[in-house]
Amino acid sequence: MQPSARLLSLIGALLLLAAQPAMTAGGGYPLDSANNDVGNIASLQRGARNFVNYCLGCHSAQYVRYNRLASDLSISEDQLVNNLMFAAEKPHETMQIAMPAEDAAVWFGQPPPDLTLVSRSRGTDFLYTFLRTFYVDDSKPTGVNNLVLEGASMPHVLWELQGLQRKVVTKDEEDREVVSLEPVTAGTLSPEEYDAFVRDLVNFLDYTGEPMQLERQRLGFWVLLFLLVFGLFAYLLKVEIWKDVK
Amino acid sequence: MSEAGLNRRHLLTVATSVAGAVGVGFAAVPFLASWKPSARAQALGAPVEVDISKLDAGVMVRVKWRGKPVWILRRDAGMLEALPAVVSELSDPDSDKSEQPDYAKNATRSIRPEVLVVIGNCTHLGCAPIERFDVGAEDLGGDWPGGFFCPCHGSKFDLAGRVYAGVPAPTNLPIPPHRFIGDNLILIGDDTGVSA
Amino acid sequence: MNAARAEAVGGGRGTRFLNWIDARFPFSKLMREHVTEYYASKNFNFWYVFGVLSMVVLVIQLVTGIFLTMSYKPSAAEAFASVEYIMRDVEWGWLIRYMHSTGASAFFIVVYLHMFRGMMYGSYKPPRELLWIIGMLIYVALMAEAFMGYLLPWGQMSYWGAQVIISLFGAVPVVGDALVEWIRGDYFISDITLNRFFALHVIAVPLALVMLVVVHIMALHETGSNNPDGIEIKQHKGPDGVPLDGVAFHPYHTSKDLVAIIVFLAAFSLVVFFAPEMGGFFLEHANFEPANALKTPELIAPVWYFTPFYAILRAVPSKGGGALLMALAIVFLFLLPWLDRCKVRSIRYRGWIFKFALGAFAISFVALGYLGLQKPTAGVELGSRIFTFVYFAFFIFMPIYTRLEKTKPVPERVVFDGGH
Repeated sequence: MQPSARLLSLIGALLLLAAQPAMTAGGGYPLDSANNDVGNIASLQRGARNFVNYCLGCHSAQYVRYNRLASDLSISEDQLVNNLMFAAEKPHETMQIAMPAEDAAVWFGQPPPDLTLVSRSRGTDFLYTFLRTFYVDDSKPTGVNNLVLEGASMPHVLWELQGLQRKVVTKDEEDREVVSLEPVTAGTLSPEEYDAFVRDLVNFLDYTGEPMQLERQRLGFWVLLFLLVFGLFAYLLKVEIWKDVK
Repeated sequence: MSEAGLNRRHLLTVATSVAGAVGVGFAAVPFLASWKPSARAQALGAPVEVDISKLDAGVMVRVKWRGKPVWILRRDAGMLEALPAVVSELSDPDSDKSEQPDYAKNATRSIRPEVLVVIGNCTHLGCAPIERFDVGAEDLGGDWPGGFFCPCHGSKFDLAGRVYAGVPAPTNLPIPPHRFIGDNLILIGDDTGVSA
Repeated sequence: MNAARAEAVGGGRGTRFLNWIDARFPFSKLMREHVTEYYASKNFNFWYVFGVLSMVVLVIQLVTGIFLTMSYKPSAAEAFASVEYIMRDVEWGWLIRYMHSTGASAFFIVVYLHMFRGMMYGSYKPPRELLWIIGMLIYVALMAEAFMGYLLPWGQMSYWGAQVIISLFGAVPVVGDALVEWIRGDYFISDITLNRFFALHVIAVPLALVMLVVVHIMALHETGSNNPDGIEIKQHKGPDGVPLDGVAFHPYHTSKDLVAIIVFLAAFSLVVFFAPEMGGFFLEHANFEPANALKTPELIAPVWYFTPFYAILRAVPSKGGGALLMALAIVFLFLLPWLDRCKVRSIRYRGWIFKFALGAFAISFVALGYLGLQKPTAGVELGSRIFTFVYFAFFIFMPIYTRLEKTKPVPERVVFDGGH
């Protein structure tokens, strides 16, 4: 992104901050900032790999075309076919899943939702926090519960990477409940590595939600620049013409 | 008003009008470009793979590529011999006015002499001609050497899709871009790496 | 041939062509009456640009809407996916869609400001009552257009928003339930509802809107534009019959409006290119989930431009009463020309009572808009009731306080600072 485009989006963001309607979080646990960067191609590539390996078994991304993904993420056709796609698929197809929705509804209580737009409906912070706050809860059929999505029907698919956590409730000095998580078993990734893993994944979902978002900002910069020049001419013309009016 | 003032006003009017026209021009681009084949149309129009291992000599199959009928005919020896014999009766025997990739602009209009890949829409008004491989058919004049006949307006084509003279169709049947993958697979719609 | 002669011949040809046209269609006459010799006050301030900006937005909506129609599928099974198809697969489809979604909100912003301008400067007062009424009809048509358009993406908010609003018609005595069923054409909001809303959104209402806009402008050009001083400029004409305080629409107002249009387009682009969701105000987050008849989103709020009326609806603890009050909130606006008994038009020369009342009205409208977005808690309910009272008090007591207020003397000629 150009620096000026960055500045403009910052101004836009500040304008919005004044009266931001809250994203629905549920559970009341404060969301951690995902802090992802859709301009980071390496992170998007890792995120795409993580998505294909861990999510695409159950969740589709039915509006994402493989070939568009490859060109946006600078992935070669060979890499695409060998690493991201299943054998029967063609590069121009979208990220579908084989699991029939009816069966899934029986297995999980509800079919796993399509994830193409989840970053736009839920927000990236929600996703980042959600994927990091599963905790052991034997009362649930999946054996886990979640701090930001109470009673989530999704099992902790990433437990081998993160390890298992336990919910701990303590009181602060003003006697308010403070919820935190502490590890029960270690995962194959360190906590920092796991956060980075999830951040890449969320970054990828941010991209799938709006694949043209960087292009949009780049173009916006030129449009505004043009309007500035046009506006200058128009203003000078107006001043000139209104010299007639006394 | 002073002359300088008028000049300035004229200049600013021109500058503003030009900027406005440029703006309208650029604003029109997205709307016009939105009519181009979309990513889905391109996906649906992606190259088609056809296995011809089970296609016998003298037999033709039809496949659909980008909504058009594509014929794949494995010509037998007799059919290939008929091609040079009809040249004098054709309208465009060397395919100079017709639409085909350079690698199919030859005597058989094909990459491999025996395998003809051609789009089966008559160049007259788009009907689909019928294959008439029955040599000597009475309704086609008795000396019919085998070829394609369009039922709509009577255009005739030979076994390389070349149009006969004196029929409404102006040019030969178009050849789509295509290439062979190995011996028995044809990819229709993609010809990367094929040279003339 | 010398240059002067060449020009004379060219001009002659052009004039002959124009005469040919004019003998068959009043082109020159229309141009004179509505463009080059339509005189409007020279002291228009920035509040006077929102009329022309509404026209600009109308054009944006019509053009982008026509192009969206080319790829959108008005069926429950395909609608949501076809919007994503537009956003991803159609070349530049995202830009066309964002322009349309941003345009919807922009339309209400400029129309609300345009209406407020009319209230400040008494533009609804005689002889412009009908102009105001036509404008109000445009506003009502616009609300219908926006409401039906919002169902089309077939997201969660589309579905449940329509559910809530259509259910309001159930508050009509006796025939309510039958009416709701008739509007939906089904026992729930279904493919059938979507299909008919699509037809109304893309054909019926836009047609009515365009015709009303033409009528609005015809009425405006009959009475002449008001101005910030609320003075009839036609009362002081020069020897040539041109109002002394008026300047021709073209080139004076057009050159001014062009600057306003460009500034507007810059603001519009800022949203389209850098914040198309506008933080959930222009495109609600829950609408990125496909409609699901079994699951209501946690918080249903209409899009921001309807929230003042939605807050009024929620302020009343009865279904019928809420719907009635919401309808009255619009009806009172229609009655404005007859509620206001003050002889002076412009707020510049009216007494403190009206200034206070209009200020309170504006604050209550914005506050209701804010409250309509919030979750329904006790505090929100109390606030909604207070501001609903203020909203209606503005209208109900208007015949009284506008008669009591002490006005300032209105000048003979408009106040003009040199056009800056």
